[in-house]
Amino acid sequence: MYEIVEKNKLAPEIFHFEVKAPEIAAKAQAGHFLILRAVEKAERIPLTIADYDREQGTIDIVVQEVGYSSQQICDFEEGEAFLDVVAPLGNPIETEDYDRVICVAGGLGAAPLYPKVKSLVDHGAEVTTILGAQRAEKLIWEDRFADLSEDLYIATDDGSRGTEGFVTNVLEELLSEDNDYDAVIAIGPMIMMQAVSDLTAEYDLKTIVSLNTLMVDGTGMCGGCRVTVGEETKFACVDGPAFDGHEVDFEEQRRRKKFYEEHEEEIEEHHVGGEGCRVQAK
Amino acid sequence: MLEVKAVVSKQSRTEMEELDPRVRVNNFAEVAQGYTPEQAVKEAKRCLQCADPKCMEGCPVQIDIPDFIELIAEEKFDAAAEKIKEKNNLPAICGRVCPQEDQCELKCVLESTGEPIAIGRLERFAANYGEDEVTKPVQDKGKVAVVGAGPAGLTAAADLAKMGYKVTVFESFHEAGGVLKYGIPEFRLPKEVVQEEIDQIKKLGVEIQLNKVVGKIKSVDELMEQEGYQAVFVGTGAGLPKFLGLEGENLNGVYSANEFLTRVNLMKAYKFPEYKTPVYVGNKVAVIGGGNVAMDAARTALRLGAEESMIVYRRSREQMPAREEEIEHAEEEGIQFQLLRNPTKILGNEDGFVTGLECIKMELGEPDDSGRRRPIAIEGSEFEMDADMVIMAIGQNPNPILLDDSPEIETTDWGTIKTDEVGQTTKEGVFAGGDIVTGAATVIEAMGAGKDAAEAIDEYIQSKDDN
Ligand SMILES: Cc1cc2nc3c(=O)[nH]c(=O)nc-3n(C[C@H](O)[C@H](O)[C@H](O)COP(=O)(O)OP(=O)(O)OC[C@H]3O[C@@H](n4cnc5c(N)ncnc54)[C@H](O)[C@@H]3O)c2cc1C
Ligand code: SF4
Ligand code: FES
Repeated sequence: MYEIVEKNKLAPEIFHFEVKAPEIAAKAQAGHFLILRAVEKAERIPLTIADYDREQGTIDIVVQEVGYSSQQICDFEEGEAFLDVVAPLGNPIETEDYDRVICVAGGLGAAPLYPKVKSLVDHGAEVTTILGAQRAEKLIWEDRFADLSEDLYIATDDGSRGTEGFVTNVLEELLSEDNDYDAVIAIGPMIMMQAVSDLTAEYDLKTIVSLNTLMVDGTGMCGGCRVTVGEETKFACVDGPAFDGHEVDFEEQRRRKKFYEEHEEEIEEHHVGGEGCRVQAK
Repeated sequence: MLEVKAVVSKQSRTEMEELDPRVRVNNFAEVAQGYTPEQAVKEAKRCLQCADPKCMEGCPVQIDIPDFIELIAEEKFDAAAEKIKEKNNLPAICGRVCPQEDQCELKCVLESTGEPIAIGRLERFAANYGEDEVTKPVQDKGKVAVVGAGPAGLTAAADLAKMGYKVTVFESFHEAGGVLKYGIPEFRLPKEVVQEEIDQIKKLGVEIQLNKVVGKIKSVDELMEQEGYQAVFVGTGAGLPKFLGLEGENLNGVYSANEFLTRVNLMKAYKFPEYKTPVYVGNKVAVIGGGNVAMDAARTALRLGAEESMIVYRRSREQMPAREEEIEHAEEEGIQFQLLRNPTKILGNEDGFVTGLECIKMELGEPDDSGRRRPIAIEGSEFEMDADMVIMAIGQNPNPILLDDSPEIETTDWGTIKTDEVGQTTKEGVFAGGDIVTGAATVIEAMGAGKDAAEAIDEYIQSKDDN
């Protein structure tokens, strides 16, 4: 069991958990993810390790309530414990050989982006961060990024904070003035990572995205996390989750993300309807 | 079944009850019902108690077959169970899934009559009996780590614990059992049966640490150098699914058999939405492949409500690697067989979902290395068929996650671990066995390898201690 030592609400429907897991904390690096099964009947959910503290023996995750399973996780309180956590999974991200990097996050992407920024800064890079959200209250960890970043820009869809518009608007402006960067790291919704990659392709600027594909095991055993990168099929869990944004087939990923939409609805009905357990109707 | 030609034995093989195919396609209940005590005794009495029992030569773990059968004939069921357990820690599992027709029953002297003793059914029957109370052996001979809780790892762990070692098993999934839990379906091997056998092994003092991916959370070197394990057994299986590299393979509705079966078996998607893992099931399902895995996937799809479920296989029925019994069960349940067909493309719609397959017809040519006639595509014979779900069951490669982290453990060109006969790898103190060494094979071979390695590990540690 993996005990929750701290829980905070970061924004509406977004929660931060600090979980006791000393063995994992000892091995975690920026870019690693974990798979969490909250209770016996739950799904296995992949989540980025958003931070870790080796001394305290804790790891951090940030979860947004979007469907049944994420809501179930968010209902956990301090002192309670998750049933299963497997980690560290995936490959750590390379952060050593950079001088100037732009890091871009859309929505909840700020959480997985944070350890990368931290690691880049630790290795001496100068980081410019762009955080995007629907509206001001949905922004997370602004203070943390402000502390680490050379410059921090904010964009909100409704203009309630920072630039009104998308992160790509800000990025475009930055690049048009000065494109002397080593790389861009972008994490967020598929559509946002795709937009960033399209834009940076024009500047021939190396771009790394981190994919949150469907997953089951996280160890290369199912192939459910398949993604086309260049001409090849890769397994995001063992080959990624970070890939060259200019090579990823985002259209395919967006389609794959819709695979279980109907099942999501069925779960909602099952629980909202309160009918108890039905056998899967086909 | 063949005619009985010689009247060597008084009776023919005792039948075993099976669920009616029309009923069973609607549920996940076990198909084969097992012998009643009367049936078991009747079958056991057919055994000739050969002085030189050929059956044992066919058994990869050398169970004393005539002895345990005699004990059943004498109605000493507990003793029969104990007899089997001297050699086999997982009899309830082997009795159900071993390919006896290629092993002990093939070698049985009565095989030529077409009515060999039903050794597998008797083994399964005996496994219901025996001591539940296991006494934990004294564990003072040293510490051994086992990676992977499949049949190879569990067998090595149990044998080492019995020899007096303190054994810790590291398993990456949240449950022990390997393929027995995530691959082989409930209707063939109830998960409760698997768990009971695992619980018996735990009673021997074996500690199983779940959610631990060796190669990620810790390396083989760390196990040996920092945590004081004197030897490591690697039984990580053949978990990496193969795909054909076809156009359309990443469409929604295309699964590897591993993913489909893991969702259904381990994550219990067949009880969705009570269990929260979803699985997509089409109306018309095409399973590519002809092995046990393909049969399991096709039969599972039918039980989840597919209207049609078919096997698409590039050779003919005779060459299918699946067990005969599984092919028969599949046929009884209404699985269709598209033989001598090979997919060339997977077709989809704008939303990215599968709509069909393009296949090419095949014919059989000269025998290849495996001795089976090689399938050759008939040029220009491409045709399309409808399917809204495609499952790839064309084999698995060894799982490299541990090996990527331990380059000293050398592998073959196929990615399997190189070992000598007893399982010693190229790294001192590290042994391996099961599918990670042989490539996808059988439960009993994996167990046999686990047993051999346990002995080799004992010898290795004792010889070091002597120095
Ligand atoms: C669907 C299906 C049906 C089958 N039907 C039959 C049948 O009827 N009869 C038969 O004899 N055989 C059958 N087989 C084959 C048989 O199941 C395998 O040959 C056997 O399970 C191999 O055992 P193993 O212990 O080597 O590996 P596995 O059973 O694969 O176990 C390996 C274990 O190691 C774990 N693992 C992997 N990597 C790591 C790591 N780095 N750290 C920690 N743990 C790790 C895995 O999670 C897994 O639990 C079938 C296989 C499948 C897939
Ligand atoms: S070979 Fe057949 S008849 Fe002879 S001992 Fe073995 S099971 Fe009995
Ligand atoms: S999640 Fe199963 S292979 Fe990647």
